[in-house]
Amino acid sequence: MDIRQLYQDVIVDHNRSPRNFRRPETIDRVAEGYNPLCGDKLHIYLSVVDGKIADLSFEGNGCAISIASASMMTEALLGMDESEAEALFNDVHRMLTESDFAADPAKLGKLAALAGVRDYPMRVKCASLCWHTWLAALTNTGAEAATARTE
Amino acid sequence: MNQPQAASIKDLPDFAAIRADFPILEQQVHGCPLAYLDSAASAQRPRQVIDAIADYYRHDHANVHRGVHTLSQRATEAYEGARESVRRFINAASSKEIIFTRGTTEAINLVAQAYARTTLKPGDEILITWMEHHSNIVPWQMVCEQTGAVLRVAPINDRGELELDAWKKLLGKKTRVAAFGHISNALGTINPVHELCAEARRRGIATVIDGAQALPHIDVDVRSIDCDFYAFSGHKMYGPTGIGVLYGREEMLQDMPPWQGGGEMILAVDFEKTVYNELPHKFEAGTPNIAGAIGLGAAVAYLENIGMEQIAAHGYELMRLASEALLAVPGLRLIGTAEHKTALVSFVVDGVHPHDLGTIADHHGVAIRTGHHCAMPVMQRFGLPATARASFGIYNTEAEIDQLVAAVRDAKEVLG
Repeated sequence: MDIRQLYQDVIVDHNRSPRNFRRPETIDRVAEGYNPLCGDKLHIYLSVVDGKIADLSFEGNGCAISIASASMMTEALLGMDESEAEALFNDVHRMLTESDFAADPAKLGKLAALAGVRDYPMRVKCASLCWHTWLAALTNTGAEAATARTE
Repeated sequence: MNQPQAASIKDLPDFAAIRADFPILEQQVHGCPLAYLDSAASAQRPRQVIDAIADYYRHDHANVHRGVHTLSQRATEAYEGARESVRRFINAASSKEIIFTRGTTEAINLVAQAYARTTLKPGDEILITWMEHHSNIVPWQMVCEQTGAVLRVAPINDRGELELDAWKKLLGKKTRVAAFGHISNALGTINPVHELCAEARRRGIATVIDGAQALPHIDVDVRSIDCDFYAFSGHKMYGPTGIGVLYGREEMLQDMPPWQGGGEMILAVDFEKTVYNELPHKFEAGTPNIAGAIGLGAAVAYLENIGMEQIAAHGYELMRLASEALLAVPGLRLIGTAEHKTALVSFVVDGVHPHDLGTIADHHGVAIRTGHHCAMPVMQRFGLPATARASFGIYNTEAEIDQLVAAVRDAKEVLG
């Protein structure tokens, strides 16, 4: 298989210039994600207003797959209500882990570029870390960062 | 210091013939010839080792030290023969000093539990270094929790070398154990183990050496080093997984209680009192990894046949050639540039995360390790989450270094 099926242009682009890569001045909800296997670490910052995701950003370091995944996730989830966002989470999760899952390109948009990760079992957690961290942030209304792990 | 000397690869014995002994290397990965550059994680086995294990199971297997029947006698002779091979290989005084374990990790845990835990008092100190593998950190942290002893860590410099003066200053009145690696798995640094052991000996401090990365690459003579304990693994030195060795000076081992109870480690059992077996069996409870020990014995014979001096020169030369070739790649930085170093290169590349590099290298048939190498404090010391590491074995070639460099250049292009 061509390595560029994994490292598609959109992934390379989001890795090189990650979107919404910032820490907000006032933090509403936050979670820390950590992959102990490879040391990838990121913070997801989330603000929910009237049931909708009003702001979503991240910081951290990791491989191209994990940075691009987080960057594209922040774009995709912005403006969604919680049930839409959770439905997208489920679709992305299935795309990354189920070989017979046919992703709906209309729903997934750019995120469909991550489908190639499925063929690299050791790398699936790179792509899913930010999503688990986002979910931890969503349910975290306290002042401390919640934590998510890929294990 | 067992610093390998530079030598031209062309002056070395026929390493191409050596490579042909390793059947696993005759394969393609992603359509490219496999370049296995991950021997520091686990080396491959020559057919001589594979055959020794298969022959043992085909013809000689029975339990050891038990039966009077022929197979049990053969198995016992083969198992004890392997112990004698290991003794000779590291120049221990007696085969009583060779304890078979599951590997380096278990060997260090044995010392931690049977020696340190039973002798240390609250406030006593254990000195390790900043470059240790987790297996030479965590067992000591556990002992500290159990005994109230305190863990001290000697710093390393920007080249990845132990800061000797700081280490000596940390050897204090309360230091009871000094544990350090012989060769760093994350940096390739060779520690001056003779000097460290001499300093510790003067102060009556027990020394424990993690030799997992040294045995496959340099000549190790435990009496010349003058350490109290030396731990290593079979699978890093072309032997099987699940077998390793703890060398311990006999007088130290005699005074230590057993750490596991069961069969094999006893002379007589009744419900009032059990009499423990003699060395080395006192520390080998249960039926041992007989085939593993025999495989390790075969690996030792294989290495002796080539000669450790030649092997050391080959590993050093590959490290030197790889360093030179990699440094020609713009944006590449070597992590670990010790003056005394061998057999591996750890590096990072601007704009390319090590894990992406690992995946792309795999597409070129190049197997390298990426991550923290079970040495997270080393990564913290250099402010990195991870590095890529290419490590060399007796079967590796200059052509494989070219293959590695091409993979690194491609990774830069893919992610650029």
